[in-house]
Amino acid sequence: MIALLRDVFTTLVLFLRTFGAMNIFFLQLLLYTPATMVRRFRLVVAQVHNAGALSIVIIIVSGLFVGGVLGLQAYSNLERFNAEDTVGIFVAFALVKEIGPVISALLFAGRAGTALASEIGLMKATDQLAAMEMMAVNPVRRVVVPRFLGGVISMPILTAIFTTVGLLGGHLVAVELLGVDVGAFWQQMQQTLELSDVNEGIIKSLVFGLVASLVAVWEGYNAIPTAEGVGRATTRTVVVTAIAVLFFDFMITAAVL
Amino acid sequence: MQQTRTVELGTGLFVLLGIGSLFFLTTQTTGQHDFAADETFEVQARFENVGSLKTRAPVSMSGVTIGRVTEIEFDGETLEAVVTFVIDRRYDKIPDDSDATVLTAGLLGSQYIGLQAGGSETYLEDGSEVLFTQSAVVLENLIGKYLFDRDSGDGG
Repeated sequence: MIALLRDVFTTLVLFLRTFGAMNIFFLQLLLYTPATMVRRFRLVVAQVHNAGALSIVIIIVSGLFVGGVLGLQAYSNLERFNAEDTVGIFVAFALVKEIGPVISALLFAGRAGTALASEIGLMKATDQLAAMEMMAVNPVRRVVVPRFLGGVISMPILTAIFTTVGLLGGHLVAVELLGVDVGAFWQQMQQTLELSDVNEGIIKSLVFGLVASLVAVWEGYNAIPTAEGVGRATTRTVVVTAIAVLFFDFMITAAVL
Repeated sequence: MQQTRTVELGTGLFVLLGIGSLFFLTTQTTGQHDFAADETFEVQARFENVGSLKTRAPVSMSGVTIGRVTEIEFDGETLEAVVTFVIDRRYDKIPDDSDATVLTAGLLGSQYIGLQAGGSETYLEDGSEVLFTQSAVVLENLIGKYLFDRDSGDGG
């Protein structure tokens, strides 16, 4: 019994310690951000390409299907009340406020987050980070900050693309396939959706970008420098990001309402 | 060199696509409530009940939006709702005995003010007041009245 309590206690302390260290790491990244944006801008661009531009296929394909399935679900249920005209509202609200930012973040964690974590982890395992330190190059500034910023910049862009493609997917299914009136679909949406709803989505995507990028570089940078350790860091990136994103999603929604 | 060119090109396209999407989201999905006039004049109307009329609701005549509600207040003296709205300056030939009604777009849609032309020779201008008004139809009252009428009909 006492052993169990002690286990719980040590786990708790360990969790708090990791959490605190992560926040310090985050502040450190923010501290290096302005200088990196100016002096190592090319590295940041390369990472935007890595994390963002290369994720675009998965984002567009997923967006199309998610929007399509929302249109399908909305239609089949609203049809019972003869309210097919409001399919546009349903799809737009779901995509802009919730599904767009959340699914983009989860896809981002799977596509870009894992790549970041394993890349940095592997650099650590092959002593590249240590070599940089030997050459008086700060590995956090040279390796971690550009990757972090690349993720932070890419995430809102990816979310915007995902949401837009999703709406087009919804249009495709609802209007072209199921025969909802095209005017009703868009006009109802425009009348109901406010700019504040779009802003909520943008705020979410910004926060999720910070969270997902931070988790990815943190896990990579603190990976145990072995093959197994890097693998575990990659897995943890996805798990931690998913939990953190859904947690923040709830918190932001509660704060905005 | 070829490598960096591809990277930069891809990144540029990606960011442009993102900005384009953002533009689409902010302009196409939200309502740019389509009334925008450079010059307007202000008119007031007093209603017994405005229902759930909101500011920025359209003011329409013959189904065309010609103005927008700017302020809804409650007059504590006369116990009426005072609605202030602006009308496009171009429409300066609206008779001042026109009547204003709080209408609902569709069965459950949002509410707006509908103006019905009168026959007067003098026209609405800045600061004038619409004298003939009809309140919003409150669904609960309507149902209540219907039930009441039916009950009293059974009784008598």
